[in-house]
Amino acid sequence: MTLTALSRRTALKGALGLGISIDFMAARAFADSEGAEARKRLVVIICRGGLDGLSLSPPVGDPHYAGLRGAIALPGFSASGGALRLDDTFGLHPAMTATHALALRGEARIAPAVATPDRERSHFEAQDVLESGAAVVYGTSSGWLNRGLSAMGPAGRVKAISMGPTAPLILRGPVEAASWSPGGGAQLDHRLPGILTDLYADDPLLGQALAAGMATQAMAKVAQSDVARAATMTTNTDVAAPLQQQTRKLGAILAAFMTQPGGQQVAAVSIDGFDSHANQLGLIHTRLAYVDAFIDGLASGLGTAWPNTVVVMATEFGRTARVNGTAGTDHGTASTALILGGAIRKGGLIGDWPTLAPAKLYESRDTAPTLDMRGLFKGVLRDHMGVDRAALDTTVFPGSAGIAPTVGLVG
Amino acid sequence: MALDRDLQAAIAVTRLGLGARAGDIAAARNDPQSALLSQIRESGADQPASSGATSVDRFGALLAYRQEKRDAKPAGDPKTPAVKADIKMLRQDAGEDFLARVRLAAVTDAGFRERWALFWANHFTVSAAKITTAGLVGPFEDEAIRPHVFGRFEDMLAASSRHPAMLLYLDQARSIGPDSLAGVHQSGAGKAVGLNENLAREIMELHTVGLNAGYTQADVTEFARAMTGWSVAGRDDPQGRAGQFVFRERAHEPGQRTILGKRYGDDGVNQARAVQRDLATNPQTARHLATKIALHFVADDPPTSLVARLQGAWTNSNGHLGEVARALITAPETWSPTAAKFKTPYEFLVSSWRAAGTSPDTIMAVAPILSAMGQKPFSAPSPKGWPEETAAWLAPDAVIKRMDWSEMFAAQTIGDRDPLQIAQNSLGARLTPLTAKTIARAETRAEGLAILFMSPEFQRR
Repeated sequence: MTLTALSRRTALKGALGLGISIDFMAARAFADSEGAEARKRLVVIICRGGLDGLSLSPPVGDPHYAGLRGAIALPGFSASGGALRLDDTFGLHPAMTATHALALRGEARIAPAVATPDRERSHFEAQDVLESGAAVVYGTSSGWLNRGLSAMGPAGRVKAISMGPTAPLILRGPVEAASWSPGGGAQLDHRLPGILTDLYADDPLLGQALAAGMATQAMAKVAQSDVARAATMTTNTDVAAPLQQQTRKLGAILAAFMTQPGGQQVAAVSIDGFDSHANQLGLIHTRLAYVDAFIDGLASGLGTAWPNTVVVMATEFGRTARVNGTAGTDHGTASTALILGGAIRKGGLIGDWPTLAPAKLYESRDTAPTLDMRGLFKGVLRDHMGVDRAALDTTVFPGSAGIAPTVGLVG
Repeated sequence: MALDRDLQAAIAVTRLGLGARAGDIAAARNDPQSALLSQIRESGADQPASSGATSVDRFGALLAYRQEKRDAKPAGDPKTPAVKADIKMLRQDAGEDFLARVRLAAVTDAGFRERWALFWANHFTVSAAKITTAGLVGPFEDEAIRPHVFGRFEDMLAASSRHPAMLLYLDQARSIGPDSLAGVHQSGAGKAVGLNENLAREIMELHTVGLNAGYTQADVTEFARAMTGWSVAGRDDPQGRAGQFVFRERAHEPGQRTILGKRYGDDGVNQARAVQRDLATNPQTARHLATKIALHFVADDPPTSLVARLQGAWTNSNGHLGEVARALITAPETWSPTAAKFKTPYEFLVSSWRAAGTSPDTIMAVAPILSAMGQKPFSAPSPKGWPEETAAWLAPDAVIKRMDWSEMFAAQTIGDRDPLQIAQNSLGARLTPLTAKTIARAETRAEGLAILFMSPEFQRR
């Protein structure tokens, strides 16, 4: 590798600079994975910073919405730049055009009032609960998706991989996780990896990370050449901004990983920057345009695998129902989760909408939660990935027997 | 101390400092603890040799950018060449500040002092992720953090909480009390105005007492009300204070406040000051910071005896950070022979430059690789700062990135030097026979140096 090569690659790294990282997990060994089970794909997108649910899926038909939101209220369905209609009450944010197209086909639904069991309104505590799957903060140091993998099949059959240079909590745990991000130039035929493998013989942490990293480099070569070959597949001509194009490409690369022989069945994606305390209209539009581009790239790239795919997108908490003093919103409670994919069941809202009536707001300030986030995740893991209820209640989401899996999400 | 002095010297320079240059470990050998204790000084940390621009200068550049943007707006395209040039300049300023900081770390004789300063800069994170704060992060560290790192914690908290960078980063500058003169006036005019509780919350949760301290949403809201009026003077300031801290009496929520059970009378700017003072001296703050320091310096799961020792030093000295640093250095737990901390990307690169006896002369030798390794310059992902735990950094892709960079950098830098000699200089008694043997067997000098950088003992501290 040379310095020049390093600088040239910074172009693609721009997208990572936005705080987007992708975490792939769980390729079952190909020989073991024939049949319907092996065709299932699951992607979990975590939006960090507290994504404003009332912006992602604005309830423009709720009589209290415009008053609470004031200057940051999104216009109604008929207005230019208005919400994209889902039903009489809800729309999607106007930046979510590709996602809206999926919704019109019955391949995207919203859960408008979902929350983790945490009520402290701290980013770090809420993200911990969201990713660990524990009932209380810092209850466990591994992630629910990692423990979910163990419940999907016998130990040792599952490979794990993360894209993005660092490992997020949701995939930390007993199942070894590899990772990949754009810019890796490791030459598979170099001497150094072999020398280091010997040097790490007594250092399992470094040894396993190196082995996983090298394996992923080989897969990345295939994935990237697949995407290059399919470079003409763009369907959304609105995706003009270069960073959005890169984000879309990241979605396509993830899809290419997941569709190659021995590819990963499960992935986790993390997108940050949603903490919209001030001037949130522009900020949220930009971030959601990236999210939408990513989803578009992923859905297009998955192609024939899309009918077997479920994507869940969630955030650590929602934001105040009322606009604050700086044209933004502060930390709140319930937010919107999205569920997408060709494998989901057509239908309307997931969970109840508590409305924004003053008496219904949680602590007189936030959208009130009507659905426990764990129920949503459990419904997907059970009905899409075949994880049994006992494992969901005990190991994947410890102490959650009282939280039923949400029914009717898949199939 | 039972430890062999050679090992103790290696630990002093690599675990508590920023890594060894040739001769550093030998210099510490005579008295490793004193070599560190002598770096503590009341005047604070070193100042990086940056352009010398202050936060007021940088705020001026920000105002110029905003003006260009306003001028461009009526014409339609907000990204005129002038606006783009301004954005580039703001980013360049930040890049130069960061390079100056890296170069200080790469050459300083006082590695412990610099590590201690970096710890506190990360504790009071201001991120350049927002263009508004990009040019202010460097001046923030230089003005609010570095002078206070061996002084009283209370003073650092005060300096941080009133610094324009922090007030802008955590949205305090425009928070307005709903019942203040400005609040009443503006809501009468139909404008949405009010509280922004971001900074108040993070001062409690991150900077002082920490999450489990038993405060409630009501405490956060009350503190946010007390903080209203804390702001940054803008371009129209009649006294020409643009870019400086200003207390806007008109935006301050009138009335007494109750926070953590204590009442604070309405005393203008002093109301929030009093709250901050109480938070700084709260026993929960001592507990929170003692744990965090032990976690940074010694182990992800630090010995409780060490935490207790640091907490005791904090309490006995009323939060005097020089005394806390002294307690850390003299604690036996600090000198555990096991290197339990996995280096962050920044620490890895700095220690590599020190081992090689070089320092980067352009930000392009620093920023792209740090971003690729997940630690984009001055851009911590949240107010919590960069994570400290091994699990956050030791991921497969990160190891590949480190390996790629080590190979490239070793080839650039080795010249005709002996990699085994560099290994002995940079790790001292921490160099294991296996790594030494592997380096000795390398095919080329460059390969030998790359092996050193990637060795388990160099990756850890």
